[in-house]
Amino acid sequence: MKQFKNLVRPYIIWSFVLIVVPLFLIVLYSVTTGGNSLVNIQFTGENFKKIFEPVYMNVFIRSFKLGLITTVLCLVIGYLLAYFISRFSEKAQNILILAVTIPMWINMLLRTYAWISLLSDNGIINSLLTLLGLDPVSMMYTDFSVIVGLTCDLLPFMVIPIHTSLAKMDHSLIEAAYDLGANPFKTFWRVVFKLSIPGVVNGTIMVFLLSISSFVIPKLLGGGQYVLIGNLIEEQFISVGDWNFGSAISLLLAVAILIMIRIMKKIDPDENGGA
Amino acid sequence: MSNKIIELKGLTKNFDDQQVLKGIDLNIYENEFLTLLGPSGCGKTTILRIIAGFEEPSNGELLFNGIDISKVPPYKREINTVFQKYALFPFLNVHDNVAFGLNLKKVDKSVIDQKVSRMLKLVGLEGFEKRDVTLLSGGQQQRVAIARALINEPKVLLLDEPLGALDAKLRKEMQFELKKIQKEVGITFIFVTHDQEEALSMSDTVVVMNNGIIQQIGSPVDIYNEPENRFVADFIGDSNIIEGNMIRDCLVCFDGIEFECVDKGFKENEEVEVVLRPEDIDIVEPDKSKLKGTVASIVFKGVHYEIIVRTARRDYKIHTTDYHEVGKDVGLSFTDEDIHVMYKMEN
Repeated sequence: MKQFKNLVRPYIIWSFVLIVVPLFLIVLYSVTTGGNSLVNIQFTGENFKKIFEPVYMNVFIRSFKLGLITTVLCLVIGYLLAYFISRFSEKAQNILILAVTIPMWINMLLRTYAWISLLSDNGIINSLLTLLGLDPVSMMYTDFSVIVGLTCDLLPFMVIPIHTSLAKMDHSLIEAAYDLGANPFKTFWRVVFKLSIPGVVNGTIMVFLLSISSFVIPKLLGGGQYVLIGNLIEEQFISVGDWNFGSAISLLLAVAILIMIRIMKKIDPDENGGA
Repeated sequence: MSNKIIELKGLTKNFDDQQVLKGIDLNIYENEFLTLLGPSGCGKTTILRIIAGFEEPSNGELLFNGIDISKVPPYKREINTVFQKYALFPFLNVHDNVAFGLNLKKVDKSVIDQKVSRMLKLVGLEGFEKRDVTLLSGGQQQRVAIARALINEPKVLLLDEPLGALDAKLRKEMQFELKKIQKEVGITFIFVTHDQEEALSMSDTVVVMNNGIIQQIGSPVDIYNEPENRFVADFIGDSNIIEGNMIRDCLVCFDGIEFECVDKGFKENEEVEVVLRPEDIDIVEPDKSKLKGTVASIVFKGVHYEIIVRTARRDYKIHTTDYHEVGKDVGLSFTDEDIHVMYKMEN
């Protein structure tokens, strides 16, 4: 293995330039004023203080709420789907998992535009409703459209880790539960679900992380007035030009997510030494 | 013997288009230590899984105390299983693994604690309650699995090759201990193994199986001394199997020589097979025996020598503690009782 050690070096340089340096800059930006001029920087706490103004706090709350709803929806649908898939033969499972991941091969923008043509006021769903003699429903630019878009987009990130932990499960443990007097319902709660917790934790973290920081889907499906943290950050960097404030928001989001991951990992039995 | 607890009647099982059980008829009694013995793929584990409820028989009846239970799900049967790889729940400690069945029945917590510690004592794991099962040794996991099954006070305990993963010494120990536990709790044990020595040393009844058919049912002594056919004789212990024919009751002819024996009930001149166990044959001076040959090889096996004696028609395998030089002319001697006459196998 030793002779491969040198092969790691380009990667270290690469990750230093592209990950460590930008991260350092974000931290630096977040506690200074003066925009892009690095010559006369001044340290300040103003950027973080600004986040706690009600306007921005509401964005945070809204984002977390939306992220939570999306995650719960993904968890419920994703678990059912993963469980359903894991019942099939190995060959069929591979095909079904492929089917779950196929949408990810298509560009996300394209997928989102597909939702627009489905959900818009004169879109496919409303045309169908009119054909059936029902009143059209306005679905675009609401919480509903954003949640639908996010849930569908992020579902594979939930299904795959849960399916993995279900598929590698030792089937004799399920038989043992039956044998000891557990009916199928109790077997599921006391054995199957417990054994799939690592997958649930990983899927939940991934979906929550991606949903809370997304900005393309809320922008396209939620419209211009629909501002989430991701949009707020994008706005600060691209249109407003306040990189310092943008960095502060990014940093706070990162810290919030880190804390949530820590809490989630506590639930995972494998992380607690099997207790 | 006491009452029948389980009856298998004409049980068959097909997987896809392969028939793994071809009509099994078997009675299992209360307090019996019964072993299903056979090579891998003979259907012994399938029988166990049908009794446990994990497989449904394709045809035939499975009676438990006289009632057909072949459609009853496993969680409603008064039968528990010790799985081949133990199947302990990795997310529960020793206490909670053992208490799993009682927790489901919503038994009072103090009663559970009491029963768990009594069970752990029975299997020799006193004070292990709080241990992590994934950190136990194979032998200890095995004991937890037995305690977890027995705590539900089943009428029948099924054991699917439970000693397969243990090393030779531990295996011997567990054989002894299993037998002791069975005597103590006084319930029926159905044990599956491919190890003939294990089967002979533990069981009250041995069921020898091959290709989905029961070859012989009997006590270990009967199975060893009176094998019913070539398969049983061959599978259990070493043996010389010789084709011959039965001249009349108590007179058999093989290798062109007539021998007196104790077997009766064959047709006159019926073709039969004769079993001579290697340890039953004595090497004597050539003039003292009807069967003569020369020593072809001798191998030291620890307790005994294994000697191959070449006679006019065939080689005989003999186990003896005496040394005989290769090339020496010898005679083979055995008593009437040492000759076991079997029906010839059809194929």
